[in-house]
Amino acid sequence: MKRKEIRISGFGGQGIVLSGYIVGKAASIYDKKSASLTQSYGPESRGGSCRAEVVIDDAIIEYPYLVTPQVQIILSQDAYNQYGKNAAPDTLVIVDSDLVKVDSSQKAKHLSIPARRMAEELGRPVVANIIMLGFLAATSDIVSYEALKDSILNSIPKGTEDLNMKAFEFGYNYDVEHEDNA
Amino acid sequence: MNGDSACAEGAISAGCRFFAGYPITPASELAERMSERLPQVGGVCIQMEDELASMAAVLGASWAGLKAMTATSGPGFSLMMENLGLGVMLETPCVLVNIQRAGPSTGLPTMTGQGDMMQARWGSHGSYEIIALAPISPQDIFDLTILAFNLSEKYRVPVLIMADEVVGHMSEKVTMPTIAAKDLVERRRPKVKPGKYLPYKPDADLVPPMAVAGEGYHFHVTGLTHDERGYPVMTVEAHDRLVRRLVDKIRLNRHDIIKYKEFQVEDADIIVCAYGISVRIAQLAVRMAREEGIRAGLLQLITIWPFAEQRIRELSLQAKAFVVPEINYGQIVLEVERCAGDRARAILVPHMGGSVHSPQTILEAIREATQ
Repeated sequence: MKRKEIRISGFGGQGIVLSGYIVGKAASIYDKKSASLTQSYGPESRGGSCRAEVVIDDAIIEYPYLVTPQVQIILSQDAYNQYGKNAAPDTLVIVDSDLVKVDSSQKAKHLSIPARRMAEELGRPVVANIIMLGFLAATSDIVSYEALKDSILNSIPKGTEDLNMKAFEFGYNYDVEHEDNA
Repeated sequence: MNGDSACAEGAISAGCRFFAGYPITPASELAERMSERLPQVGGVCIQMEDELASMAAVLGASWAGLKAMTATSGPGFSLMMENLGLGVMLETPCVLVNIQRAGPSTGLPTMTGQGDMMQARWGSHGSYEIIALAPISPQDIFDLTILAFNLSEKYRVPVLIMADEVVGHMSEKVTMPTIAAKDLVERRRPKVKPGKYLPYKPDADLVPPMAVAGEGYHFHVTGLTHDERGYPVMTVEAHDRLVRRLVDKIRLNRHDIIKYKEFQVEDADIIVCAYGISVRIAQLAVRMAREEGIRAGLLQLITIWPFAEQRIRELSLQAKAFVVPEINYGQIVLEVERCAGDRARAILVPHMGGSVHSPQTILEAIREATQ
């Protein structure tokens, strides 16, 4: 397998680091590959600009940092300005359409989903990141659907399984051809 | 699991049942994990008032019979140096973990560095030898923490784990097998009855058996120069005998202690010599160099102290140059240079800290080394 890389960025409190952890765990424990997670630390992960970066490979991962991510999930305008605008042409950029105004001159393929608004519809804005992971499973081959689902179930507080699975499916079934992505 | 947590789990697998520490980025997660896990296995975890007390408490716990550990980063490592020397002098098994960040002083608290490598060797005063290991990943720090406890029990010396922020904070898969009792080393206990016990009378390997406080053995330990009974003796001769033995018990057993790994060195004429997180970057750089037709190889130092001088000397006969990437401005490169002598060049690839080298930087140095 070719090395795969993903960056999830936004601001602290959006579940960025947990999302990275879930993706890494899905790849390494459930898809039985190697994965490395590096992340923001300290005040930035608690409100400031925040990012989580995961490298996935069949072989042992030597260089643990990103070179060219296949996928970027971006949940804030600041993060988009920093990372989204420099995305390589073959990077898939996924944004929350309510939080990020994309630059239409970019060559990279962009997809958007109003994850936060959808989470509010479910009554819990906190699951926006899980909706985003559902959408990730539907639109990329970074990690498998099953692995991602198992990893989420293994990473969330007990008693929230139903809510999180509902959120995951909500994101997974979101119409990619939605007008946001037209 | 992140490297800090993996280190804590390795310690518990090795039989560590005492941790005393003072929180410091990027080592705090280690203390946090210990505070959660030690009570579950009947151990004790104490948050101390500072690093001086942490190191002192670890020495005390070891003399009370427990395998003991502390963890810190640069500023705390400096504060632990005095009592680390006491640990060496009293021949106290214990493990000190340094999750290095970029210094000097407070430096870059949340970002990586490898600037404490010489401090690990020479940070306390006086002539002594110590053991230091450098892990490259969360799995590696788990494994090396077990090795660290084994070496410290075997040689009755504090063992240092010289990790860094990247290894401490990155999360990767960690396999934690149940460690069989036969794979764990326990300090040698005295075979003689109380009353006959000489606490500093060594066996043939220069390591004295160690009694535990409260078992009926009455003895005295002191940081002053002492004789085999443990009593202070302020003479040149006693000092000569003691310091020689403290140093020689490591030097003469170095073949048992020193570990390294090699990748593609068989035909290499440029050898990258790296340790810690830099090994992983160097591996990629060596592969890139091979693709360009350069005969590059990698020597990974697992044991930093005592230094793998014999292997470097041997490799200096075949290699044109050693390339030494370090996240400091030149420390281990001095040792490589010393061992390589006039036979091979030692080329430093420095990084002042805060991040790791880019593979291209190391590749560039490999290319230059071929000239």
